[in-house]
Amino acid sequence: MKQEFTSKRLDRRAAIKWMLAATAVVPFIDAKSFGKTEPLQVGYGTDPNLMTGEVPWDRIMTPEQLRTTTVLADIILPHASKESPSASEVKVPDFMDEWISAPYENQMADRKIIVEGLAWIDSESQRRYAKDFHQLDLAQQNSICDDICYPPDTRPEYQFGAKFFSKFRNLTLGGYYTTDIGMKDVGYVGNVPLASFEGPPPEVLKKLGIEKAPW
Amino acid sequence: MPHINASKTKPNYDVIIVGSGAAGGQTAYTLSMEGVKVLMLEAGRDYDPVRETPMFNTSERAPLRGASTPDKPFGYYDATIDGGWKVPGEPYTNASKRPEDEFFWWRTRMLGGRTNHWGRISLRNGPYDFKPYSRDGLGFDWPISYEDLAPYYDRVESLIGVFGSNESMENTPNSPEGILLLPPKARAAELYARKHGKKLGIPIVPIHRAVLSTRLNSKKIPRWLHPNNPRAQEILAKEMDLRMACFWATMCGRGCSIKANYQSTTVHLPPALATGNLDIITNAMARTVETDSSGRATGVNFVDKTTGLDYSVKGRIVVLAAGALESVRIMLNSQSIHHPGGIGNSSGKVGKYIMDTVGGHVTGQIPALENIPPHNEVGAGGSHVYAPWWLYKEQHAGKLDFPRGYHIEMQGSRGETSIGSFDSLEGLTKGSYGNRLKKEARRYYGSHVGYAGRGEMIPNDDCFAEIDPQVKDKWGIPVLKFHWKWAEPEIRQAAHMHKTFAELIVAQGGTVTSKIDPTGKQAIYNGGQIIHEVGGTIMGGNPKNSVTNQFSQTWDVPNLFITDGGPFCSNADKNPTLTIMALAWRASDYMMDEMKKGNI
Repeated sequence: MKQEFTSKRLDRRAAIKWMLAATAVVPFIDAKSFGKTEPLQVGYGTDPNLMTGEVPWDRIMTPEQLRTTTVLADIILPHASKESPSASEVKVPDFMDEWISAPYENQMADRKIIVEGLAWIDSESQRRYAKDFHQLDLAQQNSICDDICYPPDTRPEYQFGAKFFSKFRNLTLGGYYTTDIGMKDVGYVGNVPLASFEGPPPEVLKKLGIEKAPW
Repeated sequence: MPHINASKTKPNYDVIIVGSGAAGGQTAYTLSMEGVKVLMLEAGRDYDPVRETPMFNTSERAPLRGASTPDKPFGYYDATIDGGWKVPGEPYTNASKRPEDEFFWWRTRMLGGRTNHWGRISLRNGPYDFKPYSRDGLGFDWPISYEDLAPYYDRVESLIGVFGSNESMENTPNSPEGILLLPPKARAAELYARKHGKKLGIPIVPIHRAVLSTRLNSKKIPRWLHPNNPRAQEILAKEMDLRMACFWATMCGRGCSIKANYQSTTVHLPPALATGNLDIITNAMARTVETDSSGRATGVNFVDKTTGLDYSVKGRIVVLAAGALESVRIMLNSQSIHHPGGIGNSSGKVGKYIMDTVGGHVTGQIPALENIPPHNEVGAGGSHVYAPWWLYKEQHAGKLDFPRGYHIEMQGSRGETSIGSFDSLEGLTKGSYGNRLKKEARRYYGSHVGYAGRGEMIPNDDCFAEIDPQVKDKWGIPVLKFHWKWAEPEIRQAAHMHKTFAELIVAQGGTVTSKIDPTGKQAIYNGGQIIHEVGGTIMGGNPKNSVTNQFSQTWDVPNLFITDGGPFCSNADKNPTLTIMALAWRASDYMMDEMKKGNI
């Protein structure tokens, strides 16, 4: 069943790359190999140029996968205002593609969940409405999301979908709120030089029931 | 030309130093400022924090938004180069197959070593910490007391710049007036923990960190540090003036291009190089200390990693400052007729009594910190407060089931977000998505706290390093094999950390979000994971059961010194870097005295 989801969406080039990477990473999975085996010479290496931040690996998502990713990411974090744009407006789908394409153990584990999950959500859409997920209206999309959005309340037959949704939501949140716009939206203030550090403003102290800063 | 390549060394140096971090940097600084000719060997590449630090680069401009990977274990922007618990081509092994007995060895291969990324926490050992055996009958006393090292703590703090406050707490020494820089104000989460910690008797006070909250006094300090040495005063004053005060932005772990925090590459090495007395060879991986027919050290043999060629360099004194365990490795690999078990090892104690810090960590979520009005909490790019160990009296009275203390490092602020910062929203919001999720993200951001315990480990017979007879690194150098086993005092201490941190979270009306382990066995981190490894060449008063004397000079070979954490006889909860530097300065003064006297 899982195999079918995979082959439906991965093109041959991506499938071969994925397979090769998955094979290569096997010795890495054993935690006991710390310090005993060579790390893989993949990824950006142990001395990348921090200023350019170049991503050396190719993206593996197909256009279909990217389309589904865009739709689902925007359901999770929709457009609210100019200051709080949608996930796709800050390129979360591209981030997701970069993430799951990375040749590292954690990301490769996520790749499996995301790629299989994107296939699953289309298959579930087909089962319910005879359409792919991106072709559904919002109410139909929400009906699927509602069934998988909280693992403790998820029915057994949707456990895989819930696992996928958890991972997808976390990556969407992480991808969104690590953008400059997302950080601002969530209330992070920083990355600007200050002449002095004044600590929390009076209204914050008041909210915390602290009369005055001790130093 | 200070940075030289391997084939361009002078025929002879006064001192060869292996390593360029806190120990090597301090040793090279002290010696070269006083006119000693020094050659420094660094196994990693050259590194310039002014040019290479990604100060304001945001997550959006990093692969994977800066997340940790096997290539960059502390994240993309962490200063570490070619380092981690795994270094390509440079393995180590563990004797035990049991996961809990596995030791993790962090190395960093770059000029300045780990000082480029460290937490900058700079705590003095207290009087008890030098005489632990006398207090409770466990471990070893040091052959020195706090008073012996205090003047060197004063000097190091003055040179590198440390913010903090004098709290006059038990075994938590004050610095003389005028040495510490003003501590930055506490953040919201730190203040809230402080307020509620009081109810539990946990004192939360300003931490000491090597960050310039104000600029250093370049008129006064150089004159005080280098009396009767106008040239050293002039050089240091000039270099001090190039260091800016912290501008309260960016994380210290990236390094600091404005030189506002201490790293060897911005504080120790520039003045040392300016004297003209220091040569540095990078990519120089030390194999052995070489000796003559009398068993005295003559110099160091190293491989030039850029060409694969071997070189020998000669010096009147050899200083190992490669990191406690790397120095052990070099010594055990330096075997000869005079030193059949490795140089300096007639006691058989080289590699014995290796220690790390006891680590325990608990996280929580504090409703009072939800929906705090947005404000800038970046501060000094790391903690502003900590809780020094506060239960000395109870412990001494036998009221606790473990003998040594720990301090608490506090995490929690509206800092820069990262991948994973919002993973808790699923549980907190029962699976929300859509516009509600955005509101919840704003509500909960900044409401998570973490408390990290950093505790004293007592040296024990089960924790040691030896040479693995089978395995060599890519340069053909035999590697270390570790033996590790936490003892009951450490495990019980970790259990106490978990219990206490949970109480601190609950006292704030919060919810504990990580697993609490009442046994301590799961609570305690693996050996080496806190990256405070010391010991392995402990100092003492007797050549039969120690490797060096109180000046970090090996008993067997008078011109061989170890100025990293190797000579530590105990590993107090205080982070070791400041003590490493103070000991290195003291050892360097002694070397110069001995050279002057003609003893070396």
